[in-house]
Order: sequence, then structure tokens, then C-alpha cells
Amino acid sequence: MTRVGSRDAWPEPSLGLHGGGDVSPGSSPGRPVRVGTVTQAAKDILEGSFPPLWVRGEVLDFKAHRNGHWYFCLRDGSAQIRCVVWSRDQLRIPAAPDEGMQVTALGQLTVYAARGDMQLTISDLSAEGDGLRRKAFEQIRARLELDGLLAPGRKRRLARLPARVAVVTSPTGAAFRDIVAVIRRRCPAVEIVLVPAAVQGDSAPAELAAAINRVSRWGQAQTVIVGRGGGAREDLWAFNDERVARALAGCRVPTISAVGHEVDVTLCDLVADLRAATPSAAAAAAVPVLTDEMESLEAKAGLMRRALERRLRLGTERLQRAARVLRQSASHDSERRRASLASWSGRLSALSPLATLSRGYAVARDAEGRALIEVSRFAAGDPFSLLLRDGEVDAIASSVRRHPSS
Amino acid sequence: MSFESELARIEAIVSELERGELELDRSLELFSEGVERLRLAAAALSGIEARIKVLTERSDGSFILSELDR
Repeated sequence: MTRVGSRDAWPEPSLGLHGGGDVSPGSSPGRPVRVGTVTQAAKDILEGSFPPLWVRGEVLDFKAHRNGHWYFCLRDGSAQIRCVVWSRDQLRIPAAPDEGMQVTALGQLTVYAARGDMQLTISDLSAEGDGLRRKAFEQIRARLELDGLLAPGRKRRLARLPARVAVVTSPTGAAFRDIVAVIRRRCPAVEIVLVPAAVQGDSAPAELAAAINRVSRWGQAQTVIVGRGGGAREDLWAFNDERVARALAGCRVPTISAVGHEVDVTLCDLVADLRAATPSAAAAAAVPVLTDEMESLEAKAGLMRRALERRLRLGTERLQRAARVLRQSASHDSERRRASLASWSGRLSALSPLATLSRGYAVARDAEGRALIEVSRFAAGDPFSLLLRDGEVDAIASSVRRHPSS
Repeated sequence: MSFESELARIEAIVSELERGELELDRSLELFSEGVERLRLAAAALSGIEARIKVLTERSDGSFILSELDR
């Protein structure tokens, strides 16, 4: 028997076969042992002698049985060994291997008593060139596509200035630090809400999916960034998990993926509304630069002021034209037309300084609404009214002084 | 109202004013609405320091928003 590893590490197999010299079971035709005893003894010896081993070979006769378990052979040259992967152990394996695939399997050598076969019970499996993960990626991608989750038309526009940005990532990772730094620099008015989740390891997919769902149900953020800093390819695998991708696709808040890996596109990248190459880039896409926005607001205020001033000028010119026409026809006009002229010129005088009124100036007007623009129009004790931006004030001239220069 | 919708309204006001076909009263009305919206938009930009919170969840599904200890 070939033993591997240190002899001291294994217990002596308890066989019940070599217990008592000449009378030991199976030592003579008169004392046969049962088949089950032999297979059990072989099983004990194999399991006791071999620790779990990584074995490499080609997959042959792969069958996914109705009972959920996988059966196949591993072949290498002319040697082969039967293998099984129990359904509960398949969770750790990205996808079932294909026929003929070169794989490396972690397995425990044992005996399958019902057939008397030696078999490798496999608990982990990977294919050359990360083939199983690539296969799983393509399978999940196809399912997401079938459900319409990759359609370009699904991509939502991000909020221009979110009040809150949720960040689903590790609380201790560089990604969160980078995002906080960028948002603080660009637009400190934005609140950052960390939604902590492991981004690698066995618990990462479930934690990421739960955190994304939490942001969605909470509904108080306008943008969510999901990501991590750069890492080895296997560290990014959680972002290719179907649960995470579906949570992201179903998130009611617009999403940015930020998995720091230039080369690989993750499934999260495909379903997110925006893919950013790094967490910093995601933060930059999530919030505007404060000073840019302020300048743009200033510009709009300027446009508005100029448009209003143009409108006022236009109105003034139209009234002046109307007044000219009226004045020309005034000579052969009735009393009614003359009154109309007076009222038109009153409105004209009231109108022209409107732009100035809004800046805090006032217009003095007589009872007919004519603007009193010179002191000569006033005498002490005269009533008049002041037209301000938002109303009128009745006043009485207490004294009248003419500036010497004018 | 979101920052975007404030901006969208301000842009609509500017272009309506720029067409110059409005009654004077309406122009003045729009102008003062625009001034107010600009004020609100500017206020949305003027936070002091980015606040950081942590979102967690109770077992009953209610949410807790707490300050981040750093």
C-alpha cells in the first residue's frame, strides 16, 4: 500500500480482520468474511491513509444525476478514477465541468461500497485557465440577458446632484476611503452613506446582495456605488455572483459599479447603470464639482436678468410708439382719446423704470400716474405716490430743494 | 424638489423669458420665480463638510442611520 504524508499522522485502521492469529476472519475457507466487511475495511484504510488530495486529470463521462449529485471519471493517460461531487459541495464550485476539460479536484479517496469501487469524493474543483468561472460567467450572463437585465435601454441617468450617495463596500477597504476623499473634494454638500459588506470571501456574495437590497428598500439615497479596490481576479468573483448581479439590476436607486480591475468586466459592471473603472472614478461620476455648478447657476441668473431687461425695453418702445401715434392724432381727437393718451403715457412712465425698481429705486408719481422726475413738479404739501418694486406708498412733499448743479 | 428639477425649471424660465413674447406681468412673475429657484439650487450646493453615515438594519426590517465612528 502506498502511504502519503507522515505515518504518525494516521490512526491504525481498525479492521477487525487481523485480531487473533490463525483464527482471524478470512484466514481460512472455513472462516469467510462478509463482502460488506471487506469493503468497509478497504474504505477505512483508504480514508485513514489518504488526506484530501488535489488531483489533476481530464473529465470523462460527466453526468449530473437527477438526485443532484455529479458523477464522472478523472482520466490521466491510461489511468482513471471515479469521482462524485455531492450537491451540497457544488455550491463552492462555479459551474459543472465540461466533458474533456482539464481540471484540478480536491477529493477524499474512499470506497463506494454498493459497487465496490474506489472513488474520489470531490469538495472543490477548478479548471485550467479558470475555465469553470468563465463558464459560470457566461451562463449567468446569458440568464441575465434572457431576463432583459443587460438591455442598454435599462440604463438610468444618474442624479446630477444627489443629496445622498450610498456606498456598498468594505468599511475598511481603500475603496471607501477613496470615495470619501473624492466626494469631499468635489462636492462636500453630499452626504455619504456607507452600507458595509464583505467584498471577498465566502460570505461576500450574500452580504453584497443584502446591502444592495437594503439601499433599494431604504430609498433615501439618489445614487449607489457598489465596488471594491483592485485585487486579484479571484478576489473579484463576488461581483460575478448571480445574486449580487440580480440585486444590482433590481435596485430602485441608480447604480454605479466600481470594481477596480481594468481588464475584467464583471457581471455587476454589465447590469449597473454606469461602470466606473475605479472607486475614485465612481465618486467623480456620482457628484458634480461644486464650483462648476455655482458658475452655471450664476450664468443662468445673468441670462434671466438680460432676458427680462430686453423684454422691458421692448415694452417701453412699443408704448412709446403707441403714444406717438396717439399724440399725432390728438389734435382732431375727442376728449375721450385725450384721456386715453394721458393714461397711456402714465403707463409708459410707470413701465420704463421697472428694471430699476427691482434694484431698489423708487418712482414718484402724481395722482394721474405721471412720473414726477423734476423738483419743479413738486410744491411743499403736494401729495404724491412712490412706486416701489412690490407696491406703492402715498406721500406728501414736506419741502422741495433743487440741487444747485442741475 | 430635486436639484435637477430646479435646474430644469430655471432653464425653462430662461428660455421662455428669452423668447420675449410674454406679457410684462408674466415676465416679472417668471423672473421672480427664477430668482427663488436659483436661491434654492445654490442652497443645495452649500453644505459645509461631507457627512458620513452608516446604514444598518434591525431584524424587524427598520433602518438605522448612524454616524460613522472613524
